[in-house]
Amino acid sequence: MRFRHMLMAAAAVTAMALSPSAFAQDKTYTIGVSVPSADHGWTGGVDYFAQQTIASLSKTYPNLKFVLATAGDPGKQASDLEDMVATRNIDALVILPGDPDALTSPIMRVKKAGKFVTVVDRKLSQPGVEDLYVAGDNPGLGRTTGEYFVSRFPDGGNIVVLRGLPIPIDKERVDAFNQAIANSKIKVLASQFANWNRDDGFKVMQDFLSRFPKIDAVWAQDDDTAIGAIAAIKQAHRENQIWVVGGAGMKQAIKQVMDGSKLVPIDVGYDPGMVGTAIELTALKFETGLPMRGSFIVRSPLITQANAAEYYHPDSPY
Amino acid sequence: MPRADPSLPAAANPPGRGPKLRLNLHLLGPLLALILLVVLGASLNGNFLSPANIANVLARSSFTGIIAVGATFVITSGGLDLSVGSMAAFLAGVMIMVINALVPQFGVGFGVIAIGMAVGLVLGALAGVGNGLLITRGRIEAFIVTLGTMGIFRSLVTFLANGGTLSLNFDVMDAYRPAYYGTVAGIPVPVIVFALVAILGELAMRRTPFGRHCSAIGSNEQVARYSAIHVDRVRLLTYVLQGVLVAVATLLYVPRLGSASSTTGVLWELEAIAAVIIGGTTLRGGYGRVWGTVIGVVILSLIDNILNLTNVVSPYLNGAFQGVIIILAVLLQRSRRATS
Repeated sequence: MRFRHMLMAAAAVTAMALSPSAFAQDKTYTIGVSVPSADHGWTGGVDYFAQQTIASLSKTYPNLKFVLATAGDPGKQASDLEDMVATRNIDALVILPGDPDALTSPIMRVKKAGKFVTVVDRKLSQPGVEDLYVAGDNPGLGRTTGEYFVSRFPDGGNIVVLRGLPIPIDKERVDAFNQAIANSKIKVLASQFANWNRDDGFKVMQDFLSRFPKIDAVWAQDDDTAIGAIAAIKQAHRENQIWVVGGAGMKQAIKQVMDGSKLVPIDVGYDPGMVGTAIELTALKFETGLPMRGSFIVRSPLITQANAAEYYHPDSPY
Repeated sequence: MPRADPSLPAAANPPGRGPKLRLNLHLLGPLLALILLVVLGASLNGNFLSPANIANVLARSSFTGIIAVGATFVITSGGLDLSVGSMAAFLAGVMIMVINALVPQFGVGFGVIAIGMAVGLVLGALAGVGNGLLITRGRIEAFIVTLGTMGIFRSLVTFLANGGTLSLNFDVMDAYRPAYYGTVAGIPVPVIVFALVAILGELAMRRTPFGRHCSAIGSNEQVARYSAIHVDRVRLLTYVLQGVLVAVATLLYVPRLGSASSTTGVLWELEAIAAVIIGGTTLRGGYGRVWGTVIGVVILSLIDNILNLTNVVSPYLNGAFQGVIIILAVLLQRSRRATS
């Protein structure tokens, strides 16, 4: 009796090894997804695309189970990981760490427990922890924007820069931007933190407008900040002298680019949908058995009137 | 009860009310800090004193300013409201949704905006009643109640916006714009509303039984109770007043950018409390002055403005500069009192 069971098990293992698809259908896998809560527009987009991707993957692959957790701070996110490993018995983790430095060691513990780990968007402080890294291109965002400014100002121009929060992402973008415009005649009059936020964009831009009589363009780095800056420019009736470039690809900004606005001529993408890319690739690791370990960098594309439709997601909250 | 009234504020006042000279220095502390800040700003940038810049700064101050007037009453009576920033975001979100929903039926016009405003004011008052009842009837510390409602309102606006941003209907926006961008006799509308709220607040604090009761309760709740003051009723009223004033600030905030999201009104509660304290009201309650709060709010706005108008301080040190000014402003009044 016992011997017969063992034989059957051996046969089953052989069958699974021979055909990856049969292997996938038999076993159930649980993928934990941990993302920051929707505390601003971009993370709102992240949550939306995570939910969308999970819904469509659950339909396509009934043997995949998902656990989605949103966390408002690093402490909560670390606890979420512990719960996922201890009580939900996950096979893989997809995580967009709110604070990558603080979450490096909790993620390492998940990795040590033998789980497949996918890290999204932000680099951990230790190299080689994650199996798969899916991220946006921050220096690319700065460089692409800088190159566009250079192309618009062959004879020089006066610009102001509204930065994000004082964290590495912002620095990578600004450094690449400054490098791209280094050999041009563009003059950066001033730069100040506007925290990727509409109200702060409005305030800082108001002050820049009263400080500088001649501004030709604004790099707001973020579409929310750009909306605030545009309101200030309109209040000062200078919308015919200044144009504004945001960033990240918010639907309202892309709509304006699509409609050929002079005030918002282009946008540069930094798509929150990258979390969906990460979940899909992780799911495919289990469904196909194909190699999925490595890095996947989602480009920061230049969005112009010609290609704006491709990046327009009217249903997304972002 | 009427006889008990005049004696209470005297008991409520800290010993700083000594001889006249010291009193003046104490009174003038925040004003002195404001004047120093204006001199600093004017010497750093020629546009600092331009009418446009002054109008910008005052108009911006009006949101936290109106909220801080309410906070002056709450703090004077020994309470605290941490929920005001989140409440403003929530009220803005609901107002936008109500107006957007009414436009297809009633078209774009002042009527729709008026309904939206009324909904905001009623909801603000109800939110205040909720906070106030939990504190007075529920017997829970104000810190805990409003910390809880702060999280609730913030989550609600995120939920209503589905994690994104609620935007006002574009055509309504045009009709509503003057409420923030309009001017009367060259003075921006929000500045006029702020001034009215501040004047009424100062009168209420100085000349009405309500204001005196607030001081009495904040100074010594037991004594106030024995003096036949309806402590719970006055407490409740301060939170309702705070809720209504948050709504008034929201009415002016919505037409500025026409949107509300989970980032709306973040840290307004701290700004409001800081303004109240800079203005000379004591955090533990018992003594409050509305005009001081107004100066506190303007000082906080001017710091940001000066930082944006110059390159003197590295942007990385903005927070440190703010911290130094805030501490200095309070030091100017307190050190005089300590030596007296």
